[in-house]
Amino acid sequence: MKEDSLEIGGVKINCRLFVGTGKFSGHALMREVLLAAKADVTTVALRRVESGAKADNILDYIPSGCKVMINTSGARTADEAVRIARLARAAGAGNWIKIEVIADNRYLLPDNLETLKATETLVKEGFVVFPYMSPDLSVARRLAECGAAAVMPLGAPIGSNRGLKTKELVAIMIKEIRAPIIVDAGLGKPSDACECMEMGCAAVLVNTAIAVSRNPIDCARAFSQAVQAGRLAYLSGLAESVDEARASSPLTGFLRDGD
Amino acid sequence: MKVRINGVDEMISEATLTLQQLIADRGLSPKKIVIELNLSIVPREQWPQITLQDSDIIEIVSFVGGG
Repeated sequence: MKEDSLEIGGVKINCRLFVGTGKFSGHALMREVLLAAKADVTTVALRRVESGAKADNILDYIPSGCKVMINTSGARTADEAVRIARLARAAGAGNWIKIEVIADNRYLLPDNLETLKATETLVKEGFVVFPYMSPDLSVARRLAECGAAAVMPLGAPIGSNRGLKTKELVAIMIKEIRAPIIVDAGLGKPSDACECMEMGCAAVLVNTAIAVSRNPIDCARAFSQAVQAGRLAYLSGLAESVDEARASSPLTGFLRDGD
Repeated sequence: MKVRINGVDEMISEATLTLQQLIADRGLSPKKIVIELNLSIVPREQWPQITLQDSDIIEIVSFVGGG
């Protein structure tokens, strides 16, 4: 297979499985998981420091060469997302930002309008912007037009492990949008990730499914293999699906008389 | 003086307290934290010079796991 890397913001990404760092039982395990997945991209969040907290710095546990994307989780408006992005950059975490603007506490579905506003502002400020969004073609188009590095539709609500419930809408986005489409949130099994990649997604982002599995290291490997399989299948140009049978053996030379 | 640190009102008894001292007093490692003072990010180099004023609003943030 010839080289097939994804290039975003001048960075070559070989591993199309992005792995989030939330919900792991410890930083050391999280590091092992990133190594097992050979992840090139990961995500972290920004929070208030608890007084007296001597907690280890999570960034020290991220393998060298793994690009860190800061998420703006906790933001409810575009302004709050922009504020978090600026703080993250000032903290030396680089300029890759996953915009996550959520005003809905039950389903954690993103606010596409605020997400678009934040994307416009942050692209102008030189950030490499990855907006997490509810799949919608017009919004995706506008995000891409204003310079988003990729567009990240959700597969299902965050942490729900329900799989690619938004398949039809994501498929349309893949066809119509030139920016990379990265499914983020809701993927629960390696087969879900494989499904996304077979359709032509540029990458997937997985966190909960790996972090809360009984063996996160093996689970990360399984996701990684599934992503590779799906990508290879996509590149192979899968055969079309049809409703009726099409014989795979010749329809001539049968061992019977009279036809 | 009264200041608000990470959303909590606190009384500061010292007449002058720099951001640098505030971080040290709280046992925080200055590496990879950010201080926002009245909604403006304060560059690390300025922490030793800037002293807290009454009614200041301070946010001290750092990175945690997240997806």
